[in-house]
Amino acid sequence: MAVTQRGEAAGRPAKGVRRVGASVGLSDEQLIEMYRMVALARAIDERMWVLNRAGRIPFVISGQGHEGAQVGITWALKKGHDWVAPFYRSIATAMTFGMTARDMMTAQYATANDPSSGGRQMPGHYGHAAHNLLSVSSPVATQILHAVGIALAAKIRKTGQVAMTFMGEGSSNQGDVHEGLNFAAIHKLPFVLVIENNGYAISVPSSKELALPDVAARASGYGIPGVVVDGADVLACYRASKEAVERARRGDGPSLIEAKVTRLTGHSSDDQQTKYRPAEELEAERSLDPLPKFREQLTAAGVLDEELIARIDAENKAVVDDATNFAESEPDPSPDNALEHVFAEGVEGTF
Amino acid sequence: MPTRTFIEAVREGLRDEMQRDEAVIVLGEDVGKKGGVFLATDGLYEEFGEDRVIDTPLTESQIIGTSIGAAVNGLRPVAEIQFADFIFPAFNQLLSEAARMRYRSNNTFGVPMTVRAPYGGGVHGALYHSQSVEAFFTHIPGLKVVIPSTPYDAKGLLRSSIRNDDPVLFFEHKKMYRSVRGDVPDGEFTVPIGRAQVTRQGTQVTVVAYGLMAHYALEAADRAADEDISVEVVDVRTLRPLDKETVLDSVRKTGKCLIVYEDNRFGGYGAEIAAIIAEEAFDYLDGPVTRIAGPDVPGVPYNHVLEDWFMVSPEKILDGIRTLAAY
Ligand SMILES: Cc1ncc(C[n+]2csc(CCOP(=O)(O)OP(=O)(O)O)c2C)c(N)n1
Ligand SMILES: [Mg+2]
Repeated sequence: MAVTQRGEAAGRPAKGVRRVGASVGLSDEQLIEMYRMVALARAIDERMWVLNRAGRIPFVISGQGHEGAQVGITWALKKGHDWVAPFYRSIATAMTFGMTARDMMTAQYATANDPSSGGRQMPGHYGHAAHNLLSVSSPVATQILHAVGIALAAKIRKTGQVAMTFMGEGSSNQGDVHEGLNFAAIHKLPFVLVIENNGYAISVPSSKELALPDVAARASGYGIPGVVVDGADVLACYRASKEAVERARRGDGPSLIEAKVTRLTGHSSDDQQTKYRPAEELEAERSLDPLPKFREQLTAAGVLDEELIARIDAENKAVVDDATNFAESEPDPSPDNALEHVFAEGVEGTF
Repeated sequence: MPTRTFIEAVREGLRDEMQRDEAVIVLGEDVGKKGGVFLATDGLYEEFGEDRVIDTPLTESQIIGTSIGAAVNGLRPVAEIQFADFIFPAFNQLLSEAARMRYRSNNTFGVPMTVRAPYGGGVHGALYHSQSVEAFFTHIPGLKVVIPSTPYDAKGLLRSSIRNDDPVLFFEHKKMYRSVRGDVPDGEFTVPIGRAQVTRQGTQVTVVAYGLMAHYALEAADRAADEDISVEVVDVRTLRPLDKETVLDSVRKTGKCLIVYEDNRFGGYGAEIAAIIAEEAFDYLDGPVTRIAGPDVPGVPYNHVLEDWFMVSPEKILDGIRTLAAY
């Protein structure tokens, strides 16, 4: 218990196993779907930037570089049963958990029917009640307590659900994280905290956010497991998450997973990261991009080939085109309804 | 009809709701075996067990934040903040999360959570065990704020709060816990959120108050009657949503309004009532809308002489009534 295991969760297939997914119990079909998801999240994300630069959408906050970890980790949950409290980079998580490309694009355009918020929130605040994907706010890390509360209700109501939340390493320093982990550990709640450590909180490097290299080391202070995984290794992420989710579902309590990822873009469309990140570092981090890494891994294992990759790319492009056209044609929300849904009863003063 | 102290009514309201609906849980500091520092939850742990009566760590943000999550996933948490003075570590969870969840999700998530907290002075609690915190929360759209003054209203409004599908802050004046008694019928009754009550009829001056001040207002009105001043008292009961019509109807009748609150005067809840009257009943006014409220110092001082200086009293209210009646 309570040890930080660096790299132990890495999903290297045992010698003699033919298929790359066998060691983590994934079929080739599932691996292909995982790859499709990583590539689709990237394709949507890239389109968002194009639309932003073209003046179609005012703001982008990106998940590029985080998609492998998000798909691998979220894949271990039961869709439509478990819960996720996401953060603003959770594009691939939200899509793995059930949101569609149209859902994501309507959030960028803040349309009336955007399922996250009906156009009320900035893009990046994804949520969807039908998928147990909790609505998220802007103050970082508050959502950990909601996920812990969801896990508390799951335990009391004996629903068998696991609640997972995601945030950056900078956000992990907030007081709510301590309060949440402490409570979840005391009550052995079915809860998993995922830290997507990209080394920066906007411009502040992790050396100025944390006195230790790994957030996961803090897990021992709560008496729970903390593991570090290579966030560009999709299957290692999946394996670590599967273990944590199984442990949570068994009633053995929460875990912390720290995925080391890279932020391939600026913090947001309002940020110029060349101001604070050296060019050599940006160049070197390109090699940590999970998308080509996963593609090469699956190609070497014979799961993907050039033809299939090209087909998936074409299909993803069609999905993104459709979602963009759809969101472009959707109506804006009306100020006539802007007073609604403050309370369940309707507009204050009318009840 | 059986009579109850204020705190007994709170405790019974909790117990009845927990018996009625197993989704109702209670959580907070010392709410378990001890039954809360004021004994509001006494006996609940024995009756409902540790799954539904949860002693939390000393972490207010967690108490509110996990209640929000539990509410989203099918429970109806009743969180206790041990003293209203210590609600501020959870302010972000209340303001940014609980209050905004329904609006920001376009009605797809809601937070059926009740937060109980003892507030108020006059109990030798000094700066950090005496505050009135309601104005911080009545300012926030998305939160309901309830302050009952009688055992009947405490029980009836607590039931309504727990059954409500949105977050309700339920503030209980701690000086009333054992000093206020009243009739509380057995069996099912509720008091709706959002309804004020005229607790004394009168013709010359309206006094608007809530919580302990609703009692002091009645006392002052009694004494004013000896001086032939006829005072109407409105007990607001629900600060948000406010029952404007009951307040305005009374002011339209009397033409004069004194607003009483224990909180610091500047920017306090009574300022909003004054603004509403100025906007919507100006033509009916025969005098300035005035306030009797706590002085603008950062907290209630401890020494009894200083505490008396701070606290609004029936005498101070009576002075205000006299001045207004003579206007
Ligand atoms: C409480 C709070 N303070 C400040 C901000 C502004 N802000 C948004 S994201 C961010 C950096 C977060 O860094 P990290 O947690 O590492 O996540 P990353 O963006 O790197 O994925 C800051 C300072 C905020 N949203 N909330
Ligand atoms: Mg970061």
